[in-house]
Amino acid sequence: MATSQSEIRYLTPPTVEVKRKKYCRFKRANIKYIDYKDPNFLKKFLNEQGKILPRRLTGTSLKFQRKIAQAIKRARHIAILPYVTDMLK
Amino acid sequence: MNQYETVFIVTPVLSEDQMKEAVKKFSGFLAENGGEIIFEDHWGLRKLAYPIQKKSTGFYHLIEFKAAGDLTNRLEVEFRRDERIIRFLTVKLDKHAVEYNIKRRRLASNASNQEKKEE
Repeated sequence: MATSQSEIRYLTPPTVEVKRKKYCRFKRANIKYIDYKDPNFLKKFLNEQGKILPRRLTGTSLKFQRKIAQAIKRARHIAILPYVTDMLK
Repeated sequence: MNQYETVFIVTPVLSEDQMKEAVKKFSGFLAENGGEIIFEDHWGLRKLAYPIQKKSTGFYHLIEFKAAGDLTNRLEVEFRRDERIIRFLTVKLDKHAVEYNIKRRRLASNASNQEKKEE
């Protein structure tokens, strides 16, 4: 009976998902200022409806999440980014 | 003296000359009232992300300047009074922002120089 455990064989090898650690891209790239005039960069932090993505998805640190939010809101004010939309990407 | 940056949108119904005059009015206002203009950039006619006052395009203009704090208030009053301006935004630049702008300008000037050489 003791041998049964070792005899289990899988047809396809079990895939163990390797969790990649999230990181703050601003800290890693040493970016200190987020430009509100650059819509293409800011779009990385928006979903398709133009909403700001949460930190838990982007991995941004709190300090830079605040700055991103500020920059996006400024960009929206001067009509560089839309307030509401669909199919932004 | 703080460093500020202002972006404003001029209504697209104006002719080229009228638009230039409107821009000049504000850069002149800054210069006359003790502001020091560091950089000016005209982005030209751009599409707006959403309509403002039923207009879908506008002339964007950016001015970077050094001034005392109360001048920005007076500048914004001027913006509100002028109906040719459909949107404006003034922000104070911190040291990182100033650094970033200088760097970006240098890159831009290098790129334009290279283009000239290639021509």
